[in-house]
Amino acid sequence: MTELLATARASADAPVPGRPAGRLVTGLRRTGMALIGVVVLLVVWELYRAFGPVAGVEIGGQRVLPRADPRSMPGVLEVLRTLTQQEVQVQGSRTVAEAVLASSWGTLRMAVGGWLLGGLVGIALAVAMQRFRLVERGLLPYVVLSQTVPVIAIAPLVAGWGGRLQLTPTLAWQPWMSVVVISAYLAFCPVALGMLRGLHATTDISRELFTSFAATQRQTLIRLRVPASLPFLVPALRLAAAQAVVGAIVAEISTGTRGGIGRLILEYAQQATSAPGRLYAAILGAALLGLLASALVSLLDVLVLRRGGQR
Amino acid sequence: MTPAVRIENLDMRFSTDRGEVHALSGIDLSIEPGAFVSLIGPSGCGKSTLLRCIGNLATPTSGRVQVGGRTAHEARLAHHYGIAFQQAGLLEWRSVQRNVELPLELHGVGKRERAERAAHLLELVGLADFARMRPSELSGGMQQRVAIARSLAEEPPLLLMDEPFGALDEMTRERMQAELLAIRERTGTTVVFVTHSIAEAVFLSTQVVVMSARPGRIVRIVDVDLPSRDEDAREHPQFFAGITAVREALRGRTSAALHGDDR
Amino acid sequence: MTRLKVLAPPVVVGIAALLLWQIVVVAGRIATFVLPSPTAIAAAFGTVATDVVQAAIATGTTALIGLVAGSLAGIVAAILAARFRLLDEVLSPLSAAANAMPIIALAPVFNAMFGSTSPVPRRLVVAVAVFFPLFVNTARGLRRIDPVHAELMSSLAVSGWALTRYVRLPTALPFVFTGLRLASSLAVIAAVVAEYFGGRQDGLGSRITSAASATAYPRAWSYVLGAVALGLVFYLAALMLERLFSPTTRRSR
Repeated sequence: MTELLATARASADAPVPGRPAGRLVTGLRRTGMALIGVVVLLVVWELYRAFGPVAGVEIGGQRVLPRADPRSMPGVLEVLRTLTQQEVQVQGSRTVAEAVLASSWGTLRMAVGGWLLGGLVGIALAVAMQRFRLVERGLLPYVVLSQTVPVIAIAPLVAGWGGRLQLTPTLAWQPWMSVVVISAYLAFCPVALGMLRGLHATTDISRELFTSFAATQRQTLIRLRVPASLPFLVPALRLAAAQAVVGAIVAEISTGTRGGIGRLILEYAQQATSAPGRLYAAILGAALLGLLASALVSLLDVLVLRRGGQR
Repeated sequence: MTPAVRIENLDMRFSTDRGEVHALSGIDLSIEPGAFVSLIGPSGCGKSTLLRCIGNLATPTSGRVQVGGRTAHEARLAHHYGIAFQQAGLLEWRSVQRNVELPLELHGVGKRERAERAAHLLELVGLADFARMRPSELSGGMQQRVAIARSLAEEPPLLLMDEPFGALDEMTRERMQAELLAIRERTGTTVVFVTHSIAEAVFLSTQVVVMSARPGRIVRIVDVDLPSRDEDAREHPQFFAGITAVREALRGRTSAALHGDDR
Repeated sequence: MTRLKVLAPPVVVGIAALLLWQIVVVAGRIATFVLPSPTAIAAAFGTVATDVVQAAIATGTTALIGLVAGSLAGIVAAILAARFRLLDEVLSPLSAAANAMPIIALAPVFNAMFGSTSPVPRRLVVAVAVFFPLFVNTARGLRRIDPVHAELMSSLAVSGWALTRYVRLPTALPFVFTGLRLASSLAVIAAVVAEYFGGRQDGLGSRITSAASATAYPRAWSYVLGAVALGLVFYLAALMLERLFSPTTRRSR
């Protein structure tokens, strides 16, 4: 939900100019620095574990710093070790690592569905709002408001539809559909706003040019506005991908949908006292999932959108 | 002969946050086919607005604009003119060639015919070798040449130009002026050209329309008759006479001894 | 007149949507578990109004504390990053990465670390979620230095901290408030959702879930309404602050 309206502004500093080799070096450097940051955080973690107060630090009855004991704060190595543990003490059950991967895949599928649905809705809304000023004035406040308010709070209610609503005589509403819908709900807004911004991002000169050509609205949309909007659409789609993942995870938890990482996090949270490392492993999986989703959009951008001669 | 452009009693007002702006007042102008007419005047005199009225990119508050015997609106829909602005306005995501092809593409011209025409036009402006490049790879002057090639894509009888060389340096500008005249030599297009350079106006035009400060009125139309329009033209006494006439008109004085049409 | 022009379409759309909602639910005889009618929700709201307010206060407090803590941290980090290049090089890609991650997934971790009866985990989740937009926006504002001002400061031979204080901070102020506005509703959402992961159950999130599992849907939607109102209050407050401190809001077409 971060930086909704700053999406397009962000895109102003996002596309990195220069030769591909230069861009690669910058990218590698940034990744390297980020990894250094992660390492520093891990070192601080371990130092606190080693030297921090076992009972934590309390100020005025509130625990401000956590307990530095192995159960509250498992060590980095311990977390890694849990990955190879078997989930359940039953012959042939999967390891924690396998559970995390399988659940991540499950969530990813639903998040992709949400991203696609939300993306399509967002783009359609943006096109309608650009074309008809009245539609923009009437709907835009609600598009923004839809994310400004924690309507994610209605996730349990959307979940209530699961298994009780009959779409067609043969098809009932599946739980995963609720997840996809909620995921799409979080994804559609950044896409709508980014695309709208992009469709408007044409210079006066280009618009006058197209008027001088007596181009139809449709021609102007396809040949001028859409290509001009791509630098804004892509960061918006990237943000929407991350949002779709968040939406899928929260939706899984509230709908109780199995097979996703959200559900797994909840399960491992309940085991936190007996096997604390697993929770961290699952959360790591969720974090990487979000990164993966964003990276996939960037990949899509490079392979499909830039190849076709755009930019 | 039907005038290429005929403007009758054109008035243009529009309201802004700061009140009403009276941009143009009582403009009467008749441009013959094949003429090269410059519009010159102080900043804010409405010359660009007038150009846009001719191109039906702006609508006058009152008065009539006829282009090629039709209304400005009809003329635009019939693709009667080509236009070039101060910024080249090329689409960054299209190659040079595809930028030139743009109007043809919009009007349903077939792929092969478009490519041929674009190649011919790029040849005309001397950029045939750059057909496949992106606008960002070209200099300002080259981009402007592409814009001019694009404006000629449909062989229009009328060319509208709004300070197309304004953003270029002096040397490139003079080169572009020569090229424009050369192109016009071959195509015989009528040109309406907005500029704030007196020398440019006199060098290029058959008539220079001098406008007053806002609200823009036509102060004087200076006929320019130069024996030739090449590098030597700028040294010719009639060139200097033309410049002086335009300058005096801009200052609000007219001289009886000069060529001129007192309107 | 222009204000009416701006407000009329969304208000009309809102009223039309409500009417349509009511008609569709009643005429189509839609079951309450699918969608209760606006009137049913209004009625339920009447019965639990005080509790909604109390729960909203609880969630609001969490959101506010987290918002303040996270914002301060984000602003300070941005100021330090503007001053020390190395810090910026580490934090910027990290926050870009964090942007892509579901921060809310940290809730169970914090519950484990601080104990699930403590209010700290939820506040911490909000703070972490708020930190990144504040950091990014403040950093953007601090970076936006006019070369003329930089040269002036250089000619006056002032230190790096003076440059930050006299030039960067005033320039950055509008950006801080923009970040605050973006983070305001995010704080409320995070506060509500954080409750799903266990921990203290005195806010709106837990009320919604318990009403839903008791199939009292109109009541559940009443709490949702409370959450919506809370989010709006935060957003509008931040919007007013933004308008106060940067009167020239940039509008782009």
